[in-house]
Amino acid sequence: MDLTFSNEETAFRDELRLWLAENHPGDEPDGSEDKQFAWRQDWQRRLNDGGWAGVHWPVEYGGRGATYTESAIFFEELGRANSPLPANGLGLVLGGPTLMAWGTEEQKERYLPMILSAEEIWCQGFSEPEAGSDLASLKTTAVRDGDEWVVNGQKVWTSAAQWSKWCMLVARTDPDLPKHKGLTYFLMDMDQPGVQVRPLKQMTGGSEFNELFLEDARIPHENIVGSEGDGWKVAMTTLMNERSGLAFFLQVRSRQLLDDLFRHARESGQIDDPLVADKLARLHAKAEVLRLTAYRGLTQIETYGQPGPESALTKLMWSELNQDITQFAADLLGPQALRDGTEWSYELMRARGNTIEGGTTEVLKNIVAERVLGLPRLKAAAQ
Amino acid sequence: MRFGFDEDQIEIQRTASGLLEARSTLEQVRIHADEGGDDRALWTELCELGWPGIAVSEQYGGQGYGSVELAILLEQAGRTMTSVPLFSTAAAALAIESAGSDEQRDRWLPGLASGETTAAVGTAGNGRAEIVAGRVDASVAVLFDDEGGARLIDLADALVEPTATIDPTRSYLAIQGPGDDLPGDTDAALDRARVALAAELTGVASRATELTVAYVKDRKQFGTPIGAYQAVSHRCASMFLAVESSRSVTYHAAWAADAAPDRLSEAAAVAHTVVIDASREATCSAIQAHGGIGFTWEADPHWFYKRAQIGAYLLGGTTEARAQLADLVSERLDDQDD
Repeated sequence: MDLTFSNEETAFRDELRLWLAENHPGDEPDGSEDKQFAWRQDWQRRLNDGGWAGVHWPVEYGGRGATYTESAIFFEELGRANSPLPANGLGLVLGGPTLMAWGTEEQKERYLPMILSAEEIWCQGFSEPEAGSDLASLKTTAVRDGDEWVVNGQKVWTSAAQWSKWCMLVARTDPDLPKHKGLTYFLMDMDQPGVQVRPLKQMTGGSEFNELFLEDARIPHENIVGSEGDGWKVAMTTLMNERSGLAFFLQVRSRQLLDDLFRHARESGQIDDPLVADKLARLHAKAEVLRLTAYRGLTQIETYGQPGPESALTKLMWSELNQDITQFAADLLGPQALRDGTEWSYELMRARGNTIEGGTTEVLKNIVAERVLGLPRLKAAAQ
Repeated sequence: MRFGFDEDQIEIQRTASGLLEARSTLEQVRIHADEGGDDRALWTELCELGWPGIAVSEQYGGQGYGSVELAILLEQAGRTMTSVPLFSTAAAALAIESAGSDEQRDRWLPGLASGETTAAVGTAGNGRAEIVAGRVDASVAVLFDDEGGARLIDLADALVEPTATIDPTRSYLAIQGPGDDLPGDTDAALDRARVALAAELTGVASRATELTVAYVKDRKQFGTPIGAYQAVSHRCASMFLAVESSRSVTYHAAWAADAAPDRLSEAAAVAHTVVIDASREATCSAIQAHGGIGFTWEADPHWFYKRAQIGAYLLGGTTEARAQLADLVSERLDDQDD
């Protein structure tokens, strides 16, 4: 047991800190979401020029070949420096690693460099209006037509679709097979008349997500990832990757929100109220539980090559912590957390999504109950 | 960075769990609960293995390991609800070694390290300690007070009475008598004792969760194992979350006690508040998920609940630990913002 960074890890962190200090893009520009996205695209180009875009990618694919711990340090430092996430996050975290595991040599050569440089943005076409937590029940169909597939259906919760060139699309290619088996994983060109993108207005008033309407969209056969019928397996590789590094970024962001709340309580004198101090200390303890459990998870991955149950646990911990922080902020700050357009009012609304996105709390508890504790599934038991 | 046990530590853990699962079954615990909570045969065996002195320096006859190894043993001792004075003896020894005078160390540590003598540990107000963990023949007690001090009491010169508490699975004492101050860093001594307590409570919570998961897989209602119902299975998932949270903060604090003393006060305060809440939550849930049987004396969940309740009292409540945490975070922000 050694919870200090090794010399290599410390050197990695120091080099990154120095680089971030010299290359920080500053505050997010005011203006349209298009403008802000372009700013993040510029940021990723700068990261890539410095060799920091694909930190966790192997060197042979243009990455830095960092260890899991270094990758965690990267996301922590990004969060600590208040730097934005790279624009092509889904390509870097999901798309690239999926191609490395399942793609052909041609596919890797064609797509990976463009993901790193943010020249081509990627989005994820998994969820549908009727297939959320029960992803395998998705209904979007792809029908073979010569060398192409013709796609019809609807996708939802598609982040960055309006700026994306490629969509990681899971569609049903054989309706006669059981639901997990008839799926295929495609790379779909977003730049075609059969693909319509409509922004989804969230309860925050902003639009991070979109709906995709697919009407006779066409995909060349060579754009299948894995084989026809492998869609579920390929999609699961992607989902395994989703939370690993990002968790450290989000955790640091929660930490910063909590520190801001501490500062506010000190400046306003509210911290002299023992009940306020007690509540802040509870939040601090929760933040520590999250941080330490995330580090235990890293050691688990480095020792056994795969994530343990910690990835579901840390998502549960983080989402609850972030909601608790923003809720207590509303108590402490009052109008400042309730007037439209303030940072805290945004956080208060945005946090409600935390226990839904990336696996709802209910689904994650099912995962822990079934896969970790070995409890029976309700459906199987009822049969 | 490696947040996991090394091979030696895994071996210690395996040996401890194997031994205690065989020697301290819940049937055994039940028998000892009826007979005063004092498993002499097991204590003799643990002393031969050197467990009481695992974290005591070799110069005082201990094994010279640290708080991490002690935490590994105490977690298993808590899991199996052992009726032995391991926690009280080891925690008192930690306090004496870290805050005692040379004379106090020479006088008490060799006996405690070998287990030849045992110790009591707890808190005292107005010179009297109402409920202290320890066996009736304990030779020495370390009592922490509200002002941050700690006293060492030679129990030969004190009034010592066995106290029947809600937890009959081991013995507790009431103590009144004069003593000497521990002259060193008593905050650090309390921190180390609290880490030991957190380790034991982590074990209590983990076994309560294991028992419950096994029970809800087995127990059927409406033709279905009740563990298939999400109201039950999600409760179990929350118990598991509580246990893993406890492990994260306890192992971290034990590591800080051994290797990063500048982080100990914060890490121990976090462990104290998190583990006490988590162990009470998990043991309450264990009773609830067992339904009616969980409320009976014949079922086992109540032993764990009672240990967790006493544990929450023994080394002070969590309110003061959180007040300390709020101050520590504030100080750190001051340093950062300067």
